[in-house]
Amino acid sequence: MSDNVDTTRAPRRIGKPASRISRLFESRQLGWAAFAIAVLFPFVLASNYAMSIGTTAVIFILLASGLNIVVGYCGLLDLGYIAFMAVGAYTSGIIAKAWELPILFTIPAVVIMCILAGLIIGGPTLRLRSDYLAIVTLGFGEIIRLTANNLAITGGPSGIYGIPGVDLFGLDLSGPVPFYYFCVAVVALMVLGSARLGKSRLGRAWRFVREDEDAAEAMGIHTYKVKLAAYIFGAIWGGIGGVLFAAHLSAISPQSFVFLQSALVLMAVVLGGMGNTRGVVVGAVVISLLPEFLRDMGNLRYVIFGVVLVAVMVLRPQGFWPSRAYEPEKLDEARKGKRDGGPRPGAPVTTAKGGTP
Amino acid sequence: MSPLLEVNELQIAFGGVKAVNGLTFSADAGEIVSVIGPNGAGKTSAFNCITGFYKPVSGSITLDGKDITGKRPAVIAATGVTRTFQNLRLFPDLTVLDNVRGGMHLYGGQNFVDALFHTPRYRKSERFYTEEAHRWLDFVGYQGGRGIPVRNLAYGQQRQVEMARAMARKAKLVLLDEPGAGLNHSEKQDLLELCRKIRDLGAAVVLIEHDMGVVMEVSERVVVMNFGKEIADGTPDAVKKNPAVIEAYLGKADEPVKADEPAKAEGPDITEGDS
Repeated sequence: MSDNVDTTRAPRRIGKPASRISRLFESRQLGWAAFAIAVLFPFVLASNYAMSIGTTAVIFILLASGLNIVVGYCGLLDLGYIAFMAVGAYTSGIIAKAWELPILFTIPAVVIMCILAGLIIGGPTLRLRSDYLAIVTLGFGEIIRLTANNLAITGGPSGIYGIPGVDLFGLDLSGPVPFYYFCVAVVALMVLGSARLGKSRLGRAWRFVREDEDAAEAMGIHTYKVKLAAYIFGAIWGGIGGVLFAAHLSAISPQSFVFLQSALVLMAVVLGGMGNTRGVVVGAVVISLLPEFLRDMGNLRYVIFGVVLVAVMVLRPQGFWPSRAYEPEKLDEARKGKRDGGPRPGAPVTTAKGGTP
Repeated sequence: MSPLLEVNELQIAFGGVKAVNGLTFSADAGEIVSVIGPNGAGKTSAFNCITGFYKPVSGSITLDGKDITGKRPAVIAATGVTRTFQNLRLFPDLTVLDNVRGGMHLYGGQNFVDALFHTPRYRKSERFYTEEAHRWLDFVGYQGGRGIPVRNLAYGQQRQVEMARAMARKAKLVLLDEPGAGLNHSEKQDLLELCRKIRDLGAAVVLIEHDMGVVMEVSERVVVMNFGKEIADGTPDAVKKNPAVIEAYLGKADEPVKADEPAKAEGPDITEGDS
């Protein structure tokens, strides 16, 4: 049997990296390159305007990578994702204002509130599938916004203003450039986190649910819990995005959390390539920066923006950079080089084959 | 010692149709049991009920002394049941290895904190997953590419991957719903070999199969179902001679049906020993 293993190498087929270029796209250095671009950006353009746009784009990347957990990994179409950002922004805004706390101190409360929001929204809705789920999430998104619009504690339609900037152990990071760097650091970690989740046992469970819920269930995966986990992680990512958003603008109001925002985040995920963190980052950058590049066009820019999006979806329905199912045939082949001693996948059938059936 | 799986007076109804109506049978560890019967006899419904996809109206299902009647599929799977599906239910866009890892979800040894921080435990568990996946693919004799999406595989290979995934569950009870459907002769021979290998691991194998050659050759016991109920239960030879079984497949002797020729078109021929 062990002799067979080498012959089991796949012939080149779909899903196999075809060229050096696609291998480059899979490489780890690419993430560092993207990070370097983000870090170097202020050296190219450091006007307040550019920094503000850059910060918004970086926050948008965070939202997209959070929604990617829900939509891309787990396949749950969420049309009200911005609600979680609203929960995060309002929680941190209200607490920071009421107790005059530095905004970073509100993060634990934000995480807790987002977990609660994920449970409250996800709990009843995740029994639904596909279209029904999408409609209900759309409704919940609106409910959160309307609630914020009508409560006294959230400041009603005028919202909350005067939210403090970021203050890290006495280090004032509220200026445009320091705050941009702060956002880059936080978002880079969060994006890395979502990518890592995607490659874990939980991330695989999400994909199993996306691919075939019944088969996943038959393999002992409690699909309801797994979906709820996706929702909660998405909520936390969105909530942290909300904190950054609140600190960035120092004012939040219900108008910031309209359905259009949910749609834009979703568009970033779909356009970039569902389930692939790199693609989603690209999608988020395109969605958030393209309207800025088109600013000279005046009102026409949204028309062009729309046409570009439609064109991309027609020409490349799977997104710019879809996740591809490929992995090295053998464990050691990848980057580990030689590793002797340990049991080899193709080792002869001897000990404890099957273990305890 | 009580049997591993005990199904007792199981009833499932869809509206007024009683798909399974008082089915009783059992399976022991280290035994291959075939469930046969004409189309619509309720075999797959019974499987779906044992694995929790359908809720029974009445009756009980016991696995290893634990009552699993009407539990959630994931809970039943965790108790020690694994299955394949009549129409392949793989994760089409995922790689072969990932599909097999799907069967190992319950014994991974990592949680999301490990994944976020790539702890040594995470690395160890990922390596374990990959090694195990390769091992189970070897076990079922899978020869194709392993890092490519299963969507691209030939049908027979997809069957093997589904089998590997089911086996990776390491369950005490293996339910195979028509594992031979769509396989050619030599693939069926491999399947027989595989069923025996699974049994030799100590699991109980219960399979639904229409190919009587397969059934008679591999099973230690055959349960024949008709109209949602078992009508015979015994060794292949005993079942073959059972008048009730012959009646179910071929019709009554005093009906104006000549010999077995017309009936052959409707159901498989059970008098034939080999396929």
